[in-house]
Amino acid sequence: MSTLLTWLFGRLPIGWLQLSHNRMRLVAAVAGVAFANLLVFLQLGILGALNGATVAPYALLNADIMISATDTHTLTDGSNIARARMFQALGVPGVASAMPLFLGTLEFKLPDGSVSKLQTFGFDVERPGFAAPEVAALLPGLETENSAIIDTKSRGIPKTAFAGLLAGKPFAFEVNGHTLSTIGSLAIGGGFTADGTLIVSDQTFLRLFPNRSSGAPNHILLKLNDGAALPVVLNRLRAVLPVESVMVRSLKDAAYADYAYQTTQRPTGIIFGFGVLIGVIVGIVIVYQVLSTDVADHLREYATFKAMGYPQRFFLGIVFEEAIILAIFGFIPGFLVSLGLYAGLRAASGLPVLMDPPRAIMVFVGTLVACAISGVIATRRLAAADPADLF
Amino acid sequence: MVGNTPIIMRGLNHFFGEGEARKQAIWDVNLALEGGKLTVLMGPSGSGKTTLLTLMGCLRNVQEGSIELMGHELHGASEAVLVRLRRRLGFIFQAHNLHESLTATQNVLMGLEVQGAGDRSKQLAAVHHILGLLGLADRVDYLPQNLSGGQKQRVAVARALVGNPEIIFADEPTAALDKDSGHNVVQMLKALGQSRGVTTVMVTHDNRILELADRVITLEEGRVVGDSKPG
Ligand SMILES: Nc1ncnc2c1ncn2[C@@H]1O[C@H](COP(=O)(O)OP(=O)(O)OP(=O)(O)O)[C@@H](O)[C@H]1O
Ligand SMILES: [Mg+2]
Repeated sequence: MSTLLTWLFGRLPIGWLQLSHNRMRLVAAVAGVAFANLLVFLQLGILGALNGATVAPYALLNADIMISATDTHTLTDGSNIARARMFQALGVPGVASAMPLFLGTLEFKLPDGSVSKLQTFGFDVERPGFAAPEVAALLPGLETENSAIIDTKSRGIPKTAFAGLLAGKPFAFEVNGHTLSTIGSLAIGGGFTADGTLIVSDQTFLRLFPNRSSGAPNHILLKLNDGAALPVVLNRLRAVLPVESVMVRSLKDAAYADYAYQTTQRPTGIIFGFGVLIGVIVGIVIVYQVLSTDVADHLREYATFKAMGYPQRFFLGIVFEEAIILAIFGFIPGFLVSLGLYAGLRAASGLPVLMDPPRAIMVFVGTLVACAISGVIATRRLAAADPADLF
Repeated sequence: MVGNTPIIMRGLNHFFGEGEARKQAIWDVNLALEGGKLTVLMGPSGSGKTTLLTLMGCLRNVQEGSIELMGHELHGASEAVLVRLRRRLGFIFQAHNLHESLTATQNVLMGLEVQGAGDRSKQLAAVHHILGLLGLADRVDYLPQNLSGGQKQRVAVARALVGNPEIIFADEPTAALDKDSGHNVVQMLKALGQSRGVTTVMVTHDNRILELADRVITLEEGRVVGDSKPG
């Protein structure tokens, strides 16, 4: 290590020698950085899963524009919208087709008495173009009354229930007093508000939710003619529809607004975002503590080096060297433990808690920057190394 | 350099503190120290020996009067000029001030690296050579914690000498040592200095060292009160 660093810096790696001389301090500092990394990874993992779970349902849809009630923040929290708006929209030049989308939550009762909450989508089987391809391929099967596509990654539903289904045997289950039989499955997975997804036809949906009416869907999806410009059509729709009660957005914008709402307005998003901040602060404080104690402990030596003619930047170099060593040594165990933690969280919650490379790189760069910042603050103590006080 | 007089002080005054607490530590010192000689500064505690040494060694800014060090005026010199001059000097302190996490070799190497990167094997050869001259050939890879007081001070001497300084400043280099190893260290310092033509300025209370001196300057209350050449 020492030889490598000597070759790298073209000088003695004083920072490394100093850190490795005091093993206890090195271990404590590395553990501190690793812990801060773990905190940040944990929060980001959950936040990422939250975001993934937020936008995942939008991926089941295939449309250019979504019309929703003005009080809509997420896919499910808005008021219903009058189907009449769909007919108005269809009269706008550039709009090719439309489909009302029905959404509701069903409780799947498990043998042990607990319930699994399923986010239920009601699609018009006649218009498969409004569903994502993998859903569209299964839609014809939903024409049969009381048939459903089930989410094999739903939390709580025993995997054995799906075994027969995958082997080609339909699987029947009871919800809201109706017996549904599955004609296919998708692997989607639960989010923060539901344990899984269920896809049915709009007809079946209305039977499952007797208090919902065909005249009041949750959203209206639109597709544009080839060559129609999205912004132009959006503006035309806004001119035609009553903007005080309905909101016209591209599907992409709607998904992004939902995501932004979840991360900045909802307590979960804020709490986890705050957790990231705490992790960063913990890391900076620990590294600062270690580096400034280290500087303070070596003031006489540094003053001696100053007397020998070493310039100020030499000492900054030592402190930065230490900061970068701590960042690298702390990141590696922090990253590895986080991988294990993610696997545990995935197994326990069914949430898509995944380590994506951009996040790992971002946290690593963040660690380097945070350690460097701590180093900069710690070097203020260097001013106290006055060679005239050595005698 | 004026002739072979690397240190010339003229009308030098120095003050500590401000306002009411302002106190003069050096009073009108005029001295010219010749090259290649061992000059000893003596005087009672508080007489200004250390202050004078740090002024000559570019470790303190000159406030009043002039110091010409190897041809450079220190009064009003920039920090960059002072840093460059310091690289041509060697310091030996009362405490050895070795870096605890560096071996004897690495500590001495610090005295070479300040001159810039060089051929590592040549640098190591120079370091081991000087440690050998100081009787530390079998201690080159020891950490300071595993060396005796006298050995540590000899490593510090090696560190000061390895860069071939033109002037060495030593402030009671033997104070932390017993009489014998103290005398031993100074003898080595003098021998090496003479063979390399180094100018040495040393503060000491040790009478046995006076025998080795070429010139003895005595200070009292910041003034030069004695200047003699023993032997
Ligand atoms: N940093 C300082 N701040 C204020 N006064 C100082 C400072 N350093 C030295 N002095 C004062 O300047 C005077 C000369 O001090 P100096 O250290 O040069 O004496 P010295 O001859 O080296 O003494 P000693 O033999 O005890 O080392 C003393 O009165 C001392 O109190
Ligand atoms: Mg003194």
